[in-house]
Amino acid sequence: MSIIGSNGAGKSTLLNTIMGNIIPDEGSIDIDGRDITTLEKHKRNAFISKVYQNPSLGTSPSMTVFENLSMADNKGKKFGFSLGLNKKRKEYYRSVLAELNLGIEDQLDTEVGLLSGGQRQSLALIMATLNNPEVLLLDEHTAALDPKTSEIIMEKTREVVEKNNIPTLMITHNLTDAIKYGNRLIMLHQGRVVLDIRGDEKQGLTPEKLLKEFHKNHAEMTDNDLFSMG
Amino acid sequence: MNILMGTMEQGLIFAIMALGLYISYKILDFPDLTVDGSFPMGAAIAASLIVKGVNPVMALVAAFIGGALAGLVTGFIHVKYNITNLLAGIIVMTGLYSINLRIMGRSNIPLFGVEHIFSGKNKIMVILLLIVICKLVIDFLMRTKFGFALRALGDNETLVISLGLNEKVLKIQGLMIANGLVALSGGILAQYQGFADIAMGTGTIVTGLASIIIGESIMRKGRFLNITTIVIAGSIIYRLIISGALQIGFNASDLKLITAILTVGIMALKVKKVKARGGKLNVKNRGIKEIISVGARECKGSIQGTQLQPGR
Repeated sequence: MSIIGSNGAGKSTLLNTIMGNIIPDEGSIDIDGRDITTLEKHKRNAFISKVYQNPSLGTSPSMTVFENLSMADNKGKKFGFSLGLNKKRKEYYRSVLAELNLGIEDQLDTEVGLLSGGQRQSLALIMATLNNPEVLLLDEHTAALDPKTSEIIMEKTREVVEKNNIPTLMITHNLTDAIKYGNRLIMLHQGRVVLDIRGDEKQGLTPEKLLKEFHKNHAEMTDNDLFSMG
Repeated sequence: MNILMGTMEQGLIFAIMALGLYISYKILDFPDLTVDGSFPMGAAIAASLIVKGVNPVMALVAAFIGGALAGLVTGFIHVKYNITNLLAGIIVMTGLYSINLRIMGRSNIPLFGVEHIFSGKNKIMVILLLIVICKLVIDFLMRTKFGFALRALGDNETLVISLGLNEKVLKIQGLMIANGLVALSGGILAQYQGFADIAMGTGTIVTGLASIIIGESIMRKGRFLNITTIVIAGSIIYRLIISGALQIGFNASDLKLITAILTVGIMALKVKKVKARGGKLNVKNRGIKEIISVGARECKGSIQGTQLQPGR
């Protein structure tokens, strides 16, 4: 599902509420029938993954690629006194990285801080999805990348999400991506869903049509602002 | 030769403290001033127990536990009440001064004529044994899943939370291990020098930092030279420099100032190098400068009146 909306519409607030950074004043959050509204942040992180706009938030820069992946593989489990590197899965990691075609597969023992932004973000995406989370949240996760890497990551995201059937919420300001990926699109405005388009209808959308809706809501907002100021 | 040997021995004892500081400062990115209190605390616990006839090895275990508790308090007030890391450490360090006096009952406990870990043994062998154990345990710890989580915590808290871990508990655990090692080092030093003194903790953090920085600036991590080895070597070299300063006629009371200047000097050289390469200073480097300024002020006298800037 793609989420669009102007700045301040409540997109990030929505994700933050799901992540537990914000506890909602009213209403509840259910995942698979389980109420997680007041569940502690780190506990819900055991089954929710998020990829941030900033590539450095999803990885540990002073640790190697292999170390980062081994940690991500242990997500939601106990971090006890057994050895941290998951040697059995090394070849698997290599093959997953190789599919990206960014050359990270040959840099398993390189510190992540030395990788490029695009490589780091791809790694963050792989780390976030390595353990099949129940929900995946993407917060403009390609916004800081160049168009080519951005496309690689979007395609990789689609592939991972479809293969493992992970319910995914993606915030984006790129209307083309919002239409192209996923099977549902919502537009938020002042914290409410003002547009909800699914399935076939979504395929017929164009960025132009969406922009029109965007402006419609934006105009309303200016009026409201004027009133509230008066 | 005797002086050289003594310097080596001291360097190795202080290296355990430096390893503890390495965990809090470098791995957790937590400039922990608690160490100025937990170091003499370890000495106080060990000395007062040994005088009472407790087995000296058990006394060291107790010292470790005492230090770990100090780390627990610092970590707890930091994560629970959002007190900045520097201030949390200073608060606990200040409180520990009174606690240490309570433990000792007076400001100095001599350990002459009582049985301790060095009695009738080859000093350097005992110290080598202790440092090798500490090094191997830390090396192992850092290769475990728990160690990975600790390392990631200092790097990127968001990631640690996203792994489903309670970052607050983890931070407290890290500080407990760090301060436990610092107190252990204090307990060993008390037995080595034959007394525990209430003032022996002053400047611990700067001494430890100097060791880490010296080690890091003259050696590079490699296949056979891991970071714990570098810290240990740094500690020995630091002691050599200090002992050299004494040899050329400085007073023992000048040593803290020499340490402070030395640390700033090495840091300044590092900054120059980074700038010459056109690079930017990273957050951790900025942290070092900050902590040195606090530590140096604290060395000069009481911490009262020290202006701290909460939050950076």
